[in-house]
Parts: sequence; C-alpha cells; structure tokens
Amino acid sequence: MAAQRAARRKRKEQSEYFFDYSLLFIVLFLLGFGLVMIYSASSYEAYQSFHDQAYYLKRQLIAVIMGIVAMIAVANIPYHFWERFAFLGYLVSMAIIPLVLTPLGVESHNARRWIGIPVIGLNLQPAEVAKLGMILFLATMVCKMGKGVRTMKGFLFMVALPLPVAAEVYLITQNLSSAIIILGISVLMVFVASPDYRKFVIMGGAVAAVAALAVYLAVTGNGGQGFRSGRLIAWLDPESDSLGIGFQTMQALYAIGSGGIWGKGLGQSMQKLSFLPEAQNDMIFSVICEELGLFGAVAIILMFIMLLWRMMVIANNAPDLFGAMLVVGVMGHIAIQAILNIAVVTNTIPNTGISLPFISYGGSSVMFLLSEIGLVLSVARRIQLKEL
Amino acid sequence: MLTDNNKIFHRKKILVMFLACTGILLFLFGRLIYLSVWKAEYYSQMATELHERERSIKAARGRILDRNGKVLADNKTVCTVSVIHNQIKDPEQVIKVLCEELDLSEEYVRARVEKYSSMERIRSNVDKALGDRIREYDLEGVKVDEDYKRYYPYSELASKVLGFTGSDNQGIIGLEVIYEEYLQGEPGKILTVTDAAGIEVEAAGERRIEPVAGSDLVISMDMNIQSYATQLAAQAMAAKQADSVSILVMNPQNGEMLAMVNVPEFDLNNPFELPEDMSANLTNEEQQNLLNSIWRNGCINDTYEPGSTFKIITAAAGLEEGVVTPNSTFSCPGFIMVDDRRIRCHKVAGHGSQDFIHATMNSCNPVFITVGLRLGVENYYKYFEQFGLKRKTGIDLPGEAGTIMHRMEDMGNVELATVSFGQSFQITPIQLLTTAASIVNGGNRITPHFGMQTLDEGGNVLETFTYPVTTDIVSDETSAIMREILERVVSEGSGKNGAVEGFSVGGKTATSQTLPRGSGRYIASFVGFAPAEDPQVMALAIVNNPQGTYYGGQVAAPIVRQLFENILPYLGIKEYNQENEQS
Repeated sequence: MAAQRAARRKRKEQSEYFFDYSLLFIVLFLLGFGLVMIYSASSYEAYQSFHDQAYYLKRQLIAVIMGIVAMIAVANIPYHFWERFAFLGYLVSMAIIPLVLTPLGVESHNARRWIGIPVIGLNLQPAEVAKLGMILFLATMVCKMGKGVRTMKGFLFMVALPLPVAAEVYLITQNLSSAIIILGISVLMVFVASPDYRKFVIMGGAVAAVAALAVYLAVTGNGGQGFRSGRLIAWLDPESDSLGIGFQTMQALYAIGSGGIWGKGLGQSMQKLSFLPEAQNDMIFSVICEELGLFGAVAIILMFIMLLWRMMVIANNAPDLFGAMLVVGVMGHIAIQAILNIAVVTNTIPNTGISLPFISYGGSSVMFLLSEIGLVLSVARRIQLKEL
Repeated sequence: MLTDNNKIFHRKKILVMFLACTGILLFLFGRLIYLSVWKAEYYSQMATELHERERSIKAARGRILDRNGKVLADNKTVCTVSVIHNQIKDPEQVIKVLCEELDLSEEYVRARVEKYSSMERIRSNVDKALGDRIREYDLEGVKVDEDYKRYYPYSELASKVLGFTGSDNQGIIGLEVIYEEYLQGEPGKILTVTDAAGIEVEAAGERRIEPVAGSDLVISMDMNIQSYATQLAAQAMAAKQADSVSILVMNPQNGEMLAMVNVPEFDLNNPFELPEDMSANLTNEEQQNLLNSIWRNGCINDTYEPGSTFKIITAAAGLEEGVVTPNSTFSCPGFIMVDDRRIRCHKVAGHGSQDFIHATMNSCNPVFITVGLRLGVENYYKYFEQFGLKRKTGIDLPGEAGTIMHRMEDMGNVELATVSFGQSFQITPIQLLTTAASIVNGGNRITPHFGMQTLDEGGNVLETFTYPVTTDIVSDETSAIMREILERVVSEGSGKNGAVEGFSVGGKTATSQTLPRGSGRYIASFVGFAPAEDPQVMALAIVNNPQGTYYGGQVAAPIVRQLFENILPYLGIKEYNQENEQS
C-alpha cells in the first residue's frame, strides 16, 4: 500500500503530459556521433581543399544548432497548428522545386539540386522541403478523407497525390533517390491509414517485378547504355568497372572489408584520404565501418532501430489520427533513408546518392530532419499519461 | 483517438511497419557481417595494394663464374650522389664539398644545387669509398644512394659470349640475357602508404621487403683457355690482316664450351663506346647498327659456307650408308662431270688413283662428289637431318642462326654435288663444330652449351643444367673410322700444320670462297680434335678474309696447333708415348 501511494504521489509530481526524453537523447547521440564522424571523415579532404580541417565540421555544426533551435520551436507548437498549412506546403513544394532552374539554383557535384537563399547564404535542398511538406499534407488528407481511404478510389487518390511532387524531383532535379523516398514515405503512410494488406502486397510485387525486369534488361544489354543501366551492372559486379561507375562502391567495400570486426580505430581510416568519394556524406557509413568496425556499425543500426521503436510507441499512443500519421511519416522518412543508405554502402542495392539521417554531412537534410523530430516530440507531448 | 477499438488496425500496421524496417536493418547487419568478417581479408588486401606505393630496391645480380670459379662478371657497389633542393641548409658548403670530392666544376654543381626541383642528380657511378666519404660530411640535402653496377674483371674477355647489362641491370646480349631469370634476383620494395593523390602519409611509416640476390652462374668456359685462344686469334688477325678470327673450343663428349673467341672483341665495361674514328657524324640509328655489329657473335649469329670441313659429314654419311669404305678406290682426273656441269678439283692436275682415306687426306672434291651422288639426294638429305644439321644446335646463347639449305625437292645432282664438298648452303660455325664432334665422339649428337649450374650465395649448387643428347646418329664403327681417317689427314694429309708433337690429333681443313665468287675473299678454317682415338677437346678456328695466303691448312691449322700445344697438357691430356709407357 505504501509503495502504491508513493508511486501515485510521484506521478502527481510529474508533468501531466509526456515528454519523450529517450527519443531526444537518441537523436542527440546520433547528431553528436555524426559530428565526430564528419570531422574524422572530412578533415583530411577539408585541409587539402580549404586548409581548414574543421571546415565541414563547422558548417555542419551551424546547421545542427539551427536545426535544434527549429526542433525546440516546433516541439513547443501544438502540431494541429500546422494542419492549416498542409495544402500550402504541398503547393510550396511544387513551386520551390523548379526554382533550381532559375539563377537562384546552385550546382554542386554535377547536379543542380540546391537553392541559394540570398540573405543567409545557406543552400536549401527543395527535395527536403518536399519530404516534410508531403508528410504534413498526407497526414492532413488521411484525416480529411476518414473512412474514404478504405475504398479503392480513396486508395488510388492517396497514392496519386505524391506523384506530381516526386515526378518534379526526379525530372527537374534529376534526383531519383529523393523521388523514391517521397513515394516511399507516402506509401507507408497510406499503408498505415488503410486496413487492407492485399493492395500493398500487390504493389510491392509489382515494384519487385519492375526492378527485376530492369536488372534483366541491363544485364542482357537491351536496356540502353544509359547512366542507370550502367549502375545496375556496376551493382551486380562492381569489380568489372572498378575505375568507372563501380569505383565508389568498390572503395566503400574496401573500407568495410579493411575495417573488419574491430575497426582500425577512430581517425585511422585510410579510405577517407581521398580514395572514397563523398566520405563525409553519402559514404560516411563505410568510414564508420572502417574506423569502428562491425561493432561501430552495429551500434548505429541499433540506435536507428531504437529511434524507430520510440516513434512507433509515440505513433501508437498519439492522441489522434493526425498526430499518429505525422509520426508515421517521419518514421517512414528516417527508416527509408537509413535503410537505403546502408544498403548502398554495402552494395546491397545499386548505387544512388542517399545520406544517412543525422550523421551524413548536409545542412538542409539535418535541419529538416530535426524539424520533423520536433513534430514528433510535439505529438509526444500531447500524449496524456493518464491514458497509459 | 488511436486507442479506440475501431482504430486498432492502425496500431497493428504501425507495428508491421516497424518490424519490417527492423527486419531489413537486421538483414543489412547480416550483410555487413559477411563483408567485414568473411570478405575482410579479400577487401583489406585489395585496399592495402591501393594505398601503398612502392619504390624498388635493386637486387644484386648473380655473378658469372668460369668452370674453375674465376669470376667473369661481378657487381660493383657504386653510389649516386644527388641533392634535394628543399632540404639544403647550407648551399655554399654543399657546393664546395661536392666540387672538391667529385672533381666537378663549380658552375656545374651550383646550377644543380640551386635548381628548384624535387631531386637533382649530381653524379652517378661514384666509387663506394668516395660515396661513403661524402656521406660522412652529413650535409643536409645531399643524398648518397647505393646501387649495383655490373663489372667485368677481364673487360674484353669473351665479350660476345658473356654479354653485358643495361641501366636496369637487365641482360642485353649473350649469357646475361639467356640466364636473366637466374641472375636477376628479386628486387626488394619499399612500400609507402599514400593518399589517393600519391602523397605520403607520414604517420603510416614504411614497409621494406628485402631484395633477393640473383644466383651465381657457373659456365663451362675455362678462363685460361679463353684468354689464350683470344691471344692466338688476335695474333692471327693481325698477322693475316683478317676481318675477324673466331676460335671455338669444345669438349666433344658432352658439348661443354671451353672457349668461344670472336676477335675483335669489345670492352664489356663500356659496351656503348664506339671506336673513336667511327663515332663522328653518325645518326642514332647508324650508331645503334654499328654497335649491334660490334656485339654480334659470328660463331652463333652468322652462317657461312663451311667448305671442305663439311666433307666430314659427307664421309660419315657415305660410310654409314655403306656406299664407300676406307679402302674404296677412286680416280681423280682433276674434275668431275655432274649432269652437264664440269666441277673442278682444287688440284687441277688431279689426284689420280687413290683410296678413300687418301682422298680425304687430299680433300679431293671429285671423290666426295662421287660419294654424294652414290648416296643420292634422298639419302643425303636423310643424313643431313639425322646429323641434326637442319635444326639449331640449341646452344644457350641468343640469336642462333638457322641452317640455309636447299629444299629436298629443289635439289638436283649439281646441288647435291656442291653440298657434298661444303658449298651452296650455309651453316653456323657452332653447327659445324657440334656436328663434327657428334660424328667423332661415337655418334652422340650433343648440345653445345656454357651454362653448367647455378650457385647460391654460399656456393651451394641450386640447379645443375642438363642438355639433350641424341644417340646413334652414326654407328660406333663409322665414328671410329672417321677418327682414324681424320687423324691421317693431320698426320700425313692436308692438315699437317695442325699436328702437335707428342699428341694424336684429328682434323680437317677448309678454304671457302665467300659469295659472290671471284671476289677474292676467303674463309680459312680448320677443325681439330685430340686425342684422335678418344677426343677430349675439339677446336674450330675460322679466319675471315685473310690477306696473302688463304688456305685453311696454312692459316687456320697452325692456330689450332698452337692452341693444342698449350691446352692439351693444361687439360691433363697425356702424350701418347707417356700413355704407352704406362701401359
């Protein structure tokens, strides 16, 4: 009895609402770890290019601080506040992507995917805006349609909604991976919103069939000698073209293989000495594998699983469907990017540029991801502990 | 609210999504285990190869030793002195020391010291002692690197046989080329870790793989015989104002070459140096052609018409086939008609009636033509091939020339007749010597060779070379008869000048006119062997374009006689009266 009373008293002393410190700390850990790894992976290259070993670290640190500020702000705004901007967000996404073609667009790494913001001097990747916009928009639409999602018509409507944005991302910015992520987030959100399984199994089967056909055509040489069919061949046998398209993949495999179980030790990567392109960016996971070995890699994978688990818990306990769908969208976003990034680095799927959430170098990416985490925290704060 | 019962499927679906993502992440984890555990060695080895740049360390090249262990080709440690501009602290001191020690002009050294380059070579092939002395000054920015340089103690001796090496210590001609893989050793490596641009990563240090020295090569040449033969050849060349003189000395029992002389020889320590009067006004290509002709080993690389020495082959074939015996009698009127052609004997008056032994002693052309015709084209061709004349001898020297011979279907009686006394086809001197040796040694076609064995640094035998022998190319009887006939040639016949007092010597002379006929250019040659009953040493002397007397018996036979007079006692071959005393 005494213990029960003590527990009740303790609960009274606690806030009435829930704050997910676990989620926050996992994110902060990933950010801190990411900064260390960015410094390790980029310092050599940064010194060669800018005579400043901390060049990339500093820039990322600024983005992280700005992102954390945004996260705290978003976490403190009730998430329903954003509902009214859902359609606007969709329109802004549609409008902002073509801006890369205007003089505002910034080209880097042979791709025009950024917009320079004149006053602040930072570059913004419209695809990141589109991801966040899509999560907000679809969550709002799911709530608006209610049970209408369950009909075939509703399902097709929901699946069709992200297509224009994804098409823009793919066609205008030549960014297949971001288009895939936007579609993937949408499909996961529709999957959760709809009670049906069959449609999704069929859809998954269709995607698998198309992928298999593409690989078949690339291998038999009927698929045209384009950029992407070359990537498919380089995926199946990276050593066949280890100085061309397979170069980055081979360098990543060298890094993973030479790291072994225990790794070479923090800072000891050889591959980051200009061998591995994008060592601090898309390929940072291979530097982690080389320096910290299998155990470092496992730690990161476990952190992501825990992050997803926390978000699942929040989504399942969200006070309403809108909050749940927002969290599902963010969860899908982080899950898809982490999975695709690790899959690319380990040559499990063909090479495509996807950054590792919270860890890879990239200002827009980390700021928008932190804003999304802010949304999730905001949803978490509305969970009434009495309900549990 | 998601907690409502009718929304329970949302929870289920979120769980499915979480489990699916977790499942995929775990699968990727499995793939990582595969890559970083199973494939770790494979990829890390490839990565190491990618990261390391190598500088090679030269291996000491194996020496070449004669059969008694005298060093014919050796290595000398030399130094290369260079300066590294960035590391020089006291340029004036560096210039002063290098000028004094290396005996160079100040402008020359100053220009190099002050030149902004990563590394500037001041002088290479510096004596090791001098290099050590410069190193002792401990001047910053001055580098003294040790290196090996091939060194030939007897400079000109057997130059065309031994050959020499190039700047990377690789064989260029002669035995140095053929035994390259044994002599070269394995170069060592200094492996430095670099970034992708090739810039050294200092913290990573360097790995050293020590070079493995090449094996020493023991050759069958006897330095003493080689030098004496060289002296004789040089004397004969001077006395007869000949273009060149070659002397081959072989053990006819096993094909071991005791000497191979081609005067004029060249200086192995300066193989690229042209004779002074020739170096002017030549294009690079002309200079190279001239060098190639200087380096050419005429005994191996060139063919000639053997002339009467080839009668040994015709005689052996005739005896073996039974178309002639030593006692067969012939009559020489001074010429012979073959088909419609009249072929003259060198003795215009003719040799008259003679048996086969005397015909050989007289080197009578009509008799050998008769023997050839008795054999017929097919049989003659059969023996030509059986004696190994169509194939190369297989001597372990590069660039052996092949035999130039009529095709059998193109051979008529006239061709057969000329071949029978050694004209209208060409073979190399080594081919003639080898074939003659095989006929007198009991019928074993041996492979002439120099290489005997390879030794490690401690002098232990690593490998002993063996060479193919074709037995019974002629019968023992034929071989014995040939030895007897050829002994008579020297003791009583045209080879009298080859006789050595106290020893039984067999041999045959030849005087061949070079093509085109009538040019007045002759090749005088003599092939001799001793002891005649059991040949232990065989020599062939060829004098190319002698002035004045050009007969083989008068020009070439005395060379072999002088050679035998000295080397037979040296080789421990006893005089026959000593042998008789013992028995």
